[in-house]
Amino acid sequence: MQLTEKQKQILDGAEGEVKAKVMRTIVKYGEAFDADKLVPVTSQYNHLVTSFGLKMMKPVFDLMQQLIDAGAVSGQKFSVDPRPLDPNVPANFLQNFIFNNFMYTKQASYEEQLKQLGLMDDNAFTCACYLDQMGNKPGKGDVLSWAESSAVVYANSVLGARCNRNSGIIDIMGSIAGYVPHFGLLTDEGRKATWVVRIATTKKPEAQLLGSAIGMKVMEEVPYIVGLDKWLGTELDDAACTYLKDFGAATASNGAVGLYHVENLTPEAIEQGTALIKEGAKEYVIDDAELQRVYDSYPVIWKNKEAKPKLCFMGCPHMSLQQLKDWTDRVETALAEAGNKKVLIPTVFTAPPAVLAEFEKTPYAARLKATGVITSYICPLMYMNNPLAGKMPVITSSNKLRTYTTARYYTDDEILLQITKGGK
Amino acid sequence: MKQFKGRVVAGGMVKAEALVSHGGLNTLASFQKALQFGDKNATSGDQNNPDLYGKQMAGKALCLPQTIGSTTGGLVLYCACAMKRQPACMLFSKPIDSLAAAGAILADVWLDDVTMPVIDNLGEEFLTYVKDGMQITVGEDGTVTVE
Repeated sequence: MQLTEKQKQILDGAEGEVKAKVMRTIVKYGEAFDADKLVPVTSQYNHLVTSFGLKMMKPVFDLMQQLIDAGAVSGQKFSVDPRPLDPNVPANFLQNFIFNNFMYTKQASYEEQLKQLGLMDDNAFTCACYLDQMGNKPGKGDVLSWAESSAVVYANSVLGARCNRNSGIIDIMGSIAGYVPHFGLLTDEGRKATWVVRIATTKKPEAQLLGSAIGMKVMEEVPYIVGLDKWLGTELDDAACTYLKDFGAATASNGAVGLYHVENLTPEAIEQGTALIKEGAKEYVIDDAELQRVYDSYPVIWKNKEAKPKLCFMGCPHMSLQQLKDWTDRVETALAEAGNKKVLIPTVFTAPPAVLAEFEKTPYAARLKATGVITSYICPLMYMNNPLAGKMPVITSSNKLRTYTTARYYTDDEILLQITKGGK
Repeated sequence: MKQFKGRVVAGGMVKAEALVSHGGLNTLASFQKALQFGDKNATSGDQNNPDLYGKQMAGKALCLPQTIGSTTGGLVLYCACAMKRQPACMLFSKPIDSLAAAGAILADVWLDDVTMPVIDNLGEEFLTYVKDGMQITVGEDGTVTVE
């Protein structure tokens, strides 16, 4: 790997021993992928995946403290994934006991570390940092050192930024060093598609189901998607971006997709069209039957498969303002049709703190509250990452939450039916 | 006995008993419960991986295609190493993925007293040949002997 004089000096300890170790980490990481050089991180802000003060992560907190003590803090301010706890979200005595006494005992001290390392502000906790209200939206061509998989795939695909699917800790190391290795999705060649996915459904495919199907098929490769513009249009408007947010999160979690192109819609597909497709690309056709096959393949890993759901989570990744408004209308209408006043299953809609603050200023907030739906900034994934979750029947329309936890997946329409009419 | 040659991602020599995962290792799902609740054997908690579920990972020669799952994977692996609950080595049939690479490199650079050799590119035949319980010897040059 070719290093500049300045990079060599940092590696040799010119800016201290700890900064040298940070640089060594980034260089070795690049060498593992045959990177030819390091390139500067150019985004205004970074985003970190590690938001949770889990007791088991003591080695990470020790490492963070080494960085702080050495003054090797982030060169950029950053946002971070959602908080794992929110008193608004229903939890029983035992859950609260485990959360507060065994799992997230380091939350307060870790948040203090994040502030010292460069946290944007006290509310900068979300996985959807690129939403307008959160103020961390990279520009086209920006080089990032992010790790949150749903944010990476959105930034690459919808915003045209450049970022690899990094791991936690590598994200902040890149920001401290100021450089990331040039390989994979940072290169023009690495952004070319090795799959052509043809959408041949008779109706608009469910975002999270389509993303799951594509993710499981292409894994870490880059798909070029043909025919989705028929359903999303050719403008990256709010509706299209929201769809792609949820779609992308499913591709990234059900597979390991870091970038996708949608013909006539996403920036690089508009600029380069089919020139983005590599010779010999494989083909995958998705019709109604294929989506049904994928849906039917999801295992239900509840202890009692017939259990009545005890909790519903919507918003993994976090919901946008328009999603909160649309779901308010949908829940209200469905409850009225069923002759019910409040949702029949405790239901939590999760969104970024700044989006929730905006939502609260609208008349929708009181209307949603009247339906019994709770809003929260929590990370549903972190809420469910505990030994009690397996015994708790949770439903969701998030394919990311389904993949990483025992939550059971339903489509948006099915979720609406469950929470407003008891699934009937 | 058969020998395979891969690329050294993190160096070192080790002898250990093989533990084989034919599917990807979900690092978070596999290690979280063990790290959270003080299981020194690092018993795999990933119910979606029948090859590993319920088996001891600490001290084993973990043979796998790649790691999958949450991008916290690298830091989880780093924590396992720092807490001395890591596999004896990680042997990848495919080119290493970014999450496993991060974990291995973070441990290599930031932990003084931990050695976990990591070899990738061992090829599909390696994963077909190796079985749970076989003896694995890893050499400095990326040679993996299975017997």
